[in-house]
Amino acid sequence: MSLINDFIKFNLNETTRKSIAEYLWIGGSGMDLRSKARTLPEPVTDPAKLPLWNFDGSSTDQAPGDDSEVILLPQAIFRDPFRGGSNILVMCDTYTPAGDPIPTNKRFSADKIFNHPDVAAEEPWFGIEQEYTLLQKDTKWPLGWPVGGFPGPQGPYYCGVGADKSFGRDIVDAHYKACLYAGINISGINGEVMPAQWEFQVGPATGISAGDQLWVARYILERITEIAGVVLSFDPKPIPGDWNGAGAHTNYSTKSMRNDGGIDVIRKAIEKLGLRHEQHIAAYGEGNDRRLTGRHETADINSFSWGVANRGASIRVGRDTEKAGKGYFEDRRPASNMDPYVVTSMIAETTILWKP
Amino acid sequence: MSLLNDLVNLNLCDVTEKVIAEYIWIGGSGMDMRSKARTLPGPESDPSRLPKWNYDGSSTEQATGDNSEVIICPQAIFRDPFRRGRNMLVMCDAYAPTGDPIPTNKRFNADKIFSHPDVVAEEPWYGIEQEYTLFQKDTKWPLGWPVGGFPAPQGPYYCGVGSDKAFGRDIVDAHYKACLFAGINISGINGEVMPGQWEFQAGPVTGISSGDQVWMARYILERITEIAGAVLSFDPKPVLGDWNGAGAHTNYSTKSMRNNGGINVINEAIEKLSKRHKEHIAAYGKGNERRLTGLHETADINTFSWGVANRGASVRVGRDTEKEGKGYFEDRRPSSNMDPYVVTSMIAETTILWKP
Repeated sequence: MSLINDFIKFNLNETTRKSIAEYLWIGGSGMDLRSKARTLPEPVTDPAKLPLWNFDGSSTDQAPGDDSEVILLPQAIFRDPFRGGSNILVMCDTYTPAGDPIPTNKRFSADKIFNHPDVAAEEPWFGIEQEYTLLQKDTKWPLGWPVGGFPGPQGPYYCGVGADKSFGRDIVDAHYKACLYAGINISGINGEVMPAQWEFQVGPATGISAGDQLWVARYILERITEIAGVVLSFDPKPIPGDWNGAGAHTNYSTKSMRNDGGIDVIRKAIEKLGLRHEQHIAAYGEGNDRRLTGRHETADINSFSWGVANRGASIRVGRDTEKAGKGYFEDRRPASNMDPYVVTSMIAETTILWKP
Repeated sequence: MSLLNDLVNLNLCDVTEKVIAEYIWIGGSGMDMRSKARTLPGPESDPSRLPKWNYDGSSTEQATGDNSEVIICPQAIFRDPFRRGRNMLVMCDAYAPTGDPIPTNKRFNADKIFSHPDVVAEEPWYGIEQEYTLFQKDTKWPLGWPVGGFPAPQGPYYCGVGSDKAFGRDIVDAHYKACLFAGINISGINGEVMPGQWEFQAGPVTGISSGDQVWMARYILERITEIAGAVLSFDPKPVLGDWNGAGAHTNYSTKSMRNNGGINVINEAIEKLSKRHKEHIAAYGKGNERRLTGLHETADINTFSWGVANRGASVRVGRDTEKEGKGYFEDRRPSSNMDPYVVTSMIAETTILWKP
């Protein structure tokens, strides 16, 4: 395959000023990522200078066949780690030809919330811990698990090393560098408690950018699993039984929380979140009831709780935040298949704008 | 998979100042190694300037779920042979949030011993011969052995060459270069008496650094066996019967031993060790009684003995040391699964500080 790879890695910079832009969007299920590419006459670094585009929404459950065009609006640009050179990945959101956001476009409302002057003034930072599971392509059984059976019980796999404890590290490491190359603020990775489950963290990112970066990081991950011949799953409870689920813990702070006296602002924010628990849960990912059982380092889905260094609570405040009297907190409720536009904007809305 | 490897090997130096640091620590069993990575804003060569971090100790049997944070303190930096560039591997030790070392943190005490002025003045050097066995991943039978059977008896395998005598050399050679790249003072490798068993040596290294380097070399080895799809074992007697065990012979000298008249200091040191044989044995690795039988180039676990060029003794003094009247000696008692922090500091403590 060496000749094919040579073409894929071809550096066109010496031959032409043209660059390739891969336009990305979220499809009709709200979790399926789609993309297609176009040639630009020269490199572009400002999303506002990129042309609008459109796609066949009737093929993605986003439009009827007789009125199928859905408009793509470029929102954020990242370097393309697969094509290299001056080529780019473009995160887009989706509109009807009339200019209205289509129902699956969650970015639009999130952007409105983040542009509210009270929210903008608080500079909300997000750090999202995206967990995911790798599955064997043909059996849909987790990577490294014996087909028709189970590995030894959880214990050795969290941050583990070795061929009997760590499955798929090359995918994870390739993803880490690819995201850094792309310009995503990826802050770390680790092997998770369930074998073949991994986590990467994106952040701190401000406002709407957290959602953009997380979606593009998910896209890059799925492109890499595609190369590796492995299937990517964001299911919150991929294997029932004594196996951990997958979440997307969302770490959050505002300017007030990061300043002196922030711990009081944090407490008030957590209190407000406690009063809107059901609304948040409803927006925190489908199938989360299979994951939030009160076991396996989760809090029960029906009750709201918080604690310092407590991984069994809905919200965890870190010891360093407690000690410093300021910092951030971690909402542990979102499932791995949550929409980061929805979760980040809802946390900002409840804690900054909402009055009980 | 070449495209995947290209991403794993991406050189980010042209694209960003950011570096990736893999923080490594010892887990709850005292032998399981764990690691996770984080992004740092720029390169760093001084471990005391690296940020402290924390991990979920409830997932490694080092903390409870409601008080799960364990703090990791960077102690030594090595170049990352897997990510290369300016990326790094960081050997850490583990503390409770109160600042106390957790029970499995053996480095803390060792560091106290090595910081004692009498010990510092003697500049204790260590050369550790780490033996290990490679296993087939799914059968847990040694690499190269016929499944359900045995290879021909020991004889041809020690330092052997050929596909019927040397099993897994690619792992061993990859490890050798990776350790040199990382900055570990790896002094050699050889194939061992039992087929599928190998040895590498780290040293001479002074004081606490010996433990840091051996643990880091073990981590790198397990990462490499992970890539190769083989399982690494530090069990001291992996196969019962007429098959050698695996040890971690520890070569040792102090300034006085290395100077003229050193042979007398050596004799005194060995005598002190003989008076604390039981205490040392208790700290020299679990399961050592299966290995120290008096057969297979070991001394019986219950008796302390020493001799020049004697591989059947507890302690061996080399012929060159005897001839020159100064040098070092070899404690052959530690098993392959010993903790080098414990063994090195205990030898220093008994021979330099302890008074019978």
